[in-house]
Amino acid sequence: MADDSAIIQVESVTKIYDGRTVLDKIQLDVKNGETLVILGGSGSGKSTLLRLMMGSILPDGGDVVIMGKSLKNMTDTELTDYRKSVGVLFQSAALFNSMSVADNVALPLREHTDLSEDTIEIMVKIKLELVDLREHADKMPSELSGGMKKRAGLARAIALDPKILFYDEPSAGLDPYTSAEIDKLIIDLNQKLGVTSVVVTHEMDSAFRIARRMVLLDRGKFVVSGSPEEIHDSTDPLVRQFVYGLLEGPLTERRKAGGYLSDLLGKTESSTR
Amino acid sequence: MSPLAPFTFLRTAAIDAVDLLGGIGLLLRDTIGSAKQALFGKRGRRISWANLWEQMVRVGVKSIPIVSLVVFCIGAILALQMAPILRDYGQVDKVANVIGVAIFRELGPLMAAIVLSGYAGASIAAEVGAMVVSEEIEAMETMAISPVRFLVLPRVLATTIMLVCLSALADIMGMLGGMVIANLFLHIEPIKYLRNTFQPLKLMDFFTGLIKAGVFGVIISSLACYLGLGVKGGATGVGQATTRTVVLTIVSLIAVDLLFTAAFYFLEL
Repeated sequence: MADDSAIIQVESVTKIYDGRTVLDKIQLDVKNGETLVILGGSGSGKSTLLRLMMGSILPDGGDVVIMGKSLKNMTDTELTDYRKSVGVLFQSAALFNSMSVADNVALPLREHTDLSEDTIEIMVKIKLELVDLREHADKMPSELSGGMKKRAGLARAIALDPKILFYDEPSAGLDPYTSAEIDKLIIDLNQKLGVTSVVVTHEMDSAFRIARRMVLLDRGKFVVSGSPEEIHDSTDPLVRQFVYGLLEGPLTERRKAGGYLSDLLGKTESSTR
Repeated sequence: MSPLAPFTFLRTAAIDAVDLLGGIGLLLRDTIGSAKQALFGKRGRRISWANLWEQMVRVGVKSIPIVSLVVFCIGAILALQMAPILRDYGQVDKVANVIGVAIFRELGPLMAAIVLSGYAGASIAAEVGAMVVSEEIEAMETMAISPVRFLVLPRVLATTIMLVCLSALADIMGMLGGMVIANLFLHIEPIKYLRNTFQPLKLMDFFTGLIKAGVFGVIISSLACYLGLGVKGGATGVGQATTRTVVLTIVSLIAVDLLFTAAFYFLEL
């Protein structure tokens, strides 16, 4: 269950790629044990924010404080220890295609523990049972369906009993039923194992099912933060357009005003030169 | 076009070359650094012999027929090219001496390496590049598993070991190619051919060839891994990395071969 202490503090973080500000002074606390959903359209900066919290990239301004330690000042050993204490479910599941499902789950255990092969085998079975994949342990990733790959990726992510789980678009490319199954797993893992979950998604059904708290990111800034009910009842036009998938609203206005006329005129000017 | 364009081009090319060499240097430093853990580290992190063997089969064993065929043909071509010139001097039986030196010192290792750059280099670059695209490398890093120890080291080791073995095989096949032509068309007895082959050769010639082959193996595999790990932009990026690997390895192999030959010449090895 969530308590009020923050496990990750994103403090005024800025991230710039090729001169473009992807994250602009973002301030965010992830509380211990909560399930936080980060919403946002394509290119809103949500995946970058997730990678910053995972310790994969460093901020250009501000800092990320993880369990009381500044990401910027972490030594290699501290960063390795942090990585061992988190699990990540990638958008493509990122299973190692040359290894069986069981070997994928066993890999972090073989690398980071001194457990015997027999113990590792039992632990792999336990993890696979949690995601309902025990009978598919010997299959290769190419033999699995999209949903099964995600579940196998999840089993690997929880192999080392992480404190924090990061999910990058967990329901992307899945049918509604499989997507609901993955959502249920996310909720179960949060409740059964007490892990803190940070989920990046743009699937609203899934977001409302799993979230305790939601934030909406747009062009590198937070638009709104609150409980699912608060987001649901929000009167902010941008939030309403995103949440309800409306065809008219600030997002469409922005696209229309995206310099189309000057783009056309600019081209005419250069062609007549 | 600006009059400075050629200089700008040269400057960019020089920066790219330094960037590439530096990158490969750092990758090799990390690979050597990871060898200690992979050989003597804790059980779970040690290099898997099954994995190394799998790579060796992929890189080396499967390329045996093509390397054999190519170097056999080179031996045969050399015999046919050399015979008329040597006949003018009444020394046609010396064809074996010429082929022996050319194959053992030079063409055996080089041709085996060139075949392997297309065969193993391209496949390693494509494989590692595809792993970057499918987020496998990022997954490995977030699990605090070193891709250098886990992926690069076994590939560098496998390619180096197999190229040394293939080079020895290429030496034999090149000699056989020459011998077949010499026997069929130049009427030189195989025994005489063999005697003439080994008459000017020193054991050192065989070993310098193998040393070259080892270095060529490191070049092919480290370039392929480096370019594969640097893939950006999906399937197109994988294709580009594969092509660059083949082109750059062939250029570097020949450049390094020249350096070796010059060094051996001046050291009188």
